[in-house]
Amino acid sequence: MSEREERVELTVDGETIAGRAGQSIAGVLLAAGRTHWRSTAAGGRPRGLFCGIGVCFDCIVTVNGVRDVRACQRRAHDGDVVLVQGPQDEGRAGEEP
Amino acid sequence: MASVIVVGAGIVGAAVARALAHEGHAVTVVERGASAGGTSASGEGNILVSDKALGPELDLALRSTELWRALEAELRAELPRDAPSIEFEPKGGVVVATTDDGARSLLAFAARQRTAGVVARELGPDEAHAAEPHLTDAVVAAVHYPGDAQVQPAIATEALLASARLAGARVLARAEVLAAAPGDGRIAGVVTSRGTLRADHVVVAAGPWSAAVAERLGSSLAVLPRRGVVLVTTRMPRTVRHKVYDADYVGAVESGAAGLQFSGVVESTASGTVLIGSSREQRGFDARLPTEVLRGLARRALALFPCLADAAVMRAYGGFRPYAPDHLPVIGEDARVPGLWFATGHEGAGIGLSLGPAELVADLLAGRPPSLDPAAFSPARAGLRTAERAA
Amino acid sequence: MTHVVVVGAGPAGLAAAAAAAEAGARVTLLDGAEHLGGQFWRHARADDDAPRAPRLQHAWSRYRALRDAVRRECEVVLGASVWAIDVSGERAVLHALVGEADGRAREPRSWRPDAVVLATGAHDRTLPFPGWDLPGVVTAGAAQAYAKAEGIALGRRVVVAGAGPFLLPAAVSAATAGSRVVGVYEANPLRTLASGWLPRAWRLAGAWRKGIEAAGYLADLARHRIPYRVGTAVVAAHGRERVEAVTIAALDATWRPVAGSERVVETDAVCVSHGFLPRLELPVAAGCALSAERFVVVDEDQRTSVPGFWAAGEITGIAGADAAIAEGRVAGASAAGAVPDPRALRMRARHGRFAERMHAAHGIRGGWTAWLTDETVVCRCEEVSYGRLVATLRHAPDAGLRSLKLATRAGLGICQARVCGRTVEELIVAERAPGDATSDARPLAIPVRLAELALGEDATPSQRKEHDV
Ligand SMILES: Cc1cc2nc3c(=O)[nH]c(=O)nc-3n(C[C@H](O)[C@H](O)[C@H](O)COP(=O)(O)OP(=O)(O)OC[C@H]3O[C@@H](n4cnc5c(N)ncnc54)[C@H](O)[C@@H]3O)c2cc1C
Ligand SMILES: Cc1cc2nc3c(=O)[nH]c(=O)nc-3n(C[C@H](O)[C@H](O)[C@H](O)COP(=O)(O)OP(=O)(O)OC[C@H]3O[C@@H](n4cnc5c(N)ncnc54)[C@H](O)[C@@H]3O)c2cc1C
Ligand code: FES
Repeated sequence: MSEREERVELTVDGETIAGRAGQSIAGVLLAAGRTHWRSTAAGGRPRGLFCGIGVCFDCIVTVNGVRDVRACQRRAHDGDVVLVQGPQDEGRAGEEP
Repeated sequence: MASVIVVGAGIVGAAVARALAHEGHAVTVVERGASAGGTSASGEGNILVSDKALGPELDLALRSTELWRALEAELRAELPRDAPSIEFEPKGGVVVATTDDGARSLLAFAARQRTAGVVARELGPDEAHAAEPHLTDAVVAAVHYPGDAQVQPAIATEALLASARLAGARVLARAEVLAAAPGDGRIAGVVTSRGTLRADHVVVAAGPWSAAVAERLGSSLAVLPRRGVVLVTTRMPRTVRHKVYDADYVGAVESGAAGLQFSGVVESTASGTVLIGSSREQRGFDARLPTEVLRGLARRALALFPCLADAAVMRAYGGFRPYAPDHLPVIGEDARVPGLWFATGHEGAGIGLSLGPAELVADLLAGRPPSLDPAAFSPARAGLRTAERAA
Repeated sequence: MTHVVVVGAGPAGLAAAAAAAEAGARVTLLDGAEHLGGQFWRHARADDDAPRAPRLQHAWSRYRALRDAVRRECEVVLGASVWAIDVSGERAVLHALVGEADGRAREPRSWRPDAVVLATGAHDRTLPFPGWDLPGVVTAGAAQAYAKAEGIALGRRVVVAGAGPFLLPAAVSAATAGSRVVGVYEANPLRTLASGWLPRAWRLAGAWRKGIEAAGYLADLARHRIPYRVGTAVVAAHGRERVEAVTIAALDATWRPVAGSERVVETDAVCVSHGFLPRLELPVAAGCALSAERFVVVDEDQRTSVPGFWAAGEITGIAGADAAIAEGRVAGASAAGAVPDPRALRMRARHGRFAERMHAAHGIRGGWTAWLTDETVVCRCEEVSYGRLVATLRHAPDAGLRSLKLATRAGLGICQARVCGRTVEELIVAERAPGDATSDARPLAIPVRLAELALGEDATPSQRKEHDV
């Protein structure tokens, strides 16, 4: 089977989402009908894809424990554990991890 | 009352302008660019006593810290309610030693500071971890300085200028000082790119460019730039509670060596980023950024907080600290050109130290006995003159 | 043998690498993406032989030829993000991290080549409007990229808006990917478009492919029954969790909305771009001079102002993929020490005119700020509103960009002002005299993990020129 046809499965905040090998994490999320994932630090506003080419950082997610990964740039791998980032991850409120 | 021109709208010029305007002098601040666009917008906002050894600079720091605490409330009373806060935060500092030698000199340094009234509490490794849970396990000894504080330097500069304006000061931006206005030996004013301004006194507060301004005004000054670079991470959950320095900080600040030096300083900001400072290097006004500097900063920060390994650094920025050969500020009137004053050379502490010198200039100009002994900061002091001759 | 490193494997970089190799140089071609081809030939790595959306790819055979040439003749390193150029020593050093985007413990690699060709391209510029930060509002480039590389349609009822010829392919792509495109809204009125495009139209004949392409896109629009409206703009987006509708208004020639012309259109995806901005991180780090319009200044041979550095493609001016290829060929040959092919020089000359025209026809006009409200987010990362920026400026009447950014945090977030920088600068200029600073300096071209920064290789101090005082 060529890479084009392979399937990958990610968990996003615990939910399993299937995609195609070669897709970006944002591509997998969008194809699954999710238009937004992150929420902003101050206003808790929903954000998802904006520039699509790694410039705006609106799409960042935590992948396998590493934060601030641009979902539009990172290729999805089978078994990736994705967490969406929200105000609690941004240190604004002075909270400890 | 006198008319005074202040050259430079950085934090020192802003503080001097405010102090003089509040005394009733007619003040004009002349700035070649925009306000708070130079060194005061290129560094950090630490107001420190922890790094100052006994001597005139510590006295100036203690006095300035007192003035900062009062200033917050004064500005709140003077400025409109929706003006941005200067973000004064007395969060305290923790200095960390990770070797036995380092611990010995740190504790001895702190003991000497205590004789001058500095609050410096020794912390053992367990106490250090209680204060900073993510600190390296390698900590041997630490000292907590509750007196260390911070402000947002650019906002503080604008707030000082706003306060000065309310007291009648004028700011002339985008006007570069080019020469002295024609006079008869005493300073008579300045020629700027936007015309000639006359005044009884001219105070040079042009940061690392002060030597060039002094020369344009018919004098000279041994103030040079010392490059510094800071790293900024993306926002992250709060991991650092105080300002945390490695004990080498003290050495780098005091040392005059030209080579690249680092003093590890790590802290979380109110916006959620972590600031990692800073380097010191004498390379003129060369703004190129060697990777070696970035790497050195990263190594220092990781030595203090190994848990920052995956933190994403999104920016490196820096500026040029104005320093004098003997590493003390230059505050006072120039005996060679009457009416010409200096308020500069605060090196890596110009934010924290800005208020003391402003008070000193106001006292000296009014002929009042100053609250601090001005001799150590005098433009005529031996430490400056020898260097000028050598240059 | 001359060693040339080319940064960026879009049309310009591919052409540069191929030309440099042809001229006999040893060539290393780097790109942060996992595919060759840049934005123009964007595709998933696995689809390199047959693109997923063949109808959306133009001149694919050209791509194949360039790709095969560089694979044969050059060292190609993909997933290689160049994060810094260190010019403090005798010789410039390029530092890259090779591995997955924003990964940890990526492989550090550094090069000290004889010549560098920078071909880092451009990204969309989108002006803020109320609701532009709602999910479902994306740049036209994002819609294009996701249609091409992933075959994804971003919505069922799509609105395309902004300024520039690039709105046309974006609309066609959206339609081809399966969206119904409600309309394409170009902000400039016909008069401005005509005065930009029509005079001395014969001079444009050289850029014939552009003309044919544009005509083709217009025919496609007609085939998909997509209306193309000029002098109109999306001036607000509405919705809660995502965009649900937009307000479309007529604009005057200065882009000020005409009162009473507003109408609300339902939509679930809005693609908006008002032009392109060059990716200047690396040229600025290298010290390359910029023009008044802030593109990299190059000479006849695509040399920048810094010896050893050449530049090609959109970082030198927005002129499309054909111009990028022509510039790349000139830059690559020159960087390798050869004389550029006269055909490439002629082709470049034809396309340069196109760039001037495009700016005259589609450039941003100052009246757009009239569609902002106090609550409109200007800086998306730090959520700084227009009202806050203006109020802060009023409190600090002599402040410039630096002071304003530090007081409001506009531009200090994770995108490092790539999205809002120009806008904030222009808002200051609108309030007062010309600005004295820009947001272009980003010594770290991408974020780097602290441990990656700590571990990499250095130029040793002895290799550095001392600049003692
Ligand atoms: C990386 C770094 C970190 C730092 N961290 C700290 C810290 O944590 N705490 C601290 O207290 N200090 C710190 N500092 C030091 C502090 O920033 C400086 O000491 C202080 O900002 C100096 O202020 P200033 O007003 O003297 O100079 P500036 O802010 O540089 O102001 C001088 C002004 O004079 C203007 N000027 C120059 N020439 C002319 C002319 N010919 N005509 C008109 N105008 C002119 C300039 O445009 C400029 O605006 C740091 C510095 C750096 C570089
Ligand atoms: C999202 C987007 C989609 C576009 N789609 C089209 C289209 O469909 N049709 C059309 O006519 N025009 C399109 N354009 C316009 C397009 O930019 C040009 O026509 C053409 O691609 C320019 O070629 P270039 O080689 O100058 O730059 P690009 O094609 O943009 O190539 C630049 C390359 O440099 C790489 N790069 C940048 N910085 C670094 C770094 N620090 N380290 C390593 N690599 C780096 C990038 O990953 C990229 O691959 C698009 C533009 C954008 C922004
Ligand atoms: S959408 Fe802009 S960086 Fe991913």
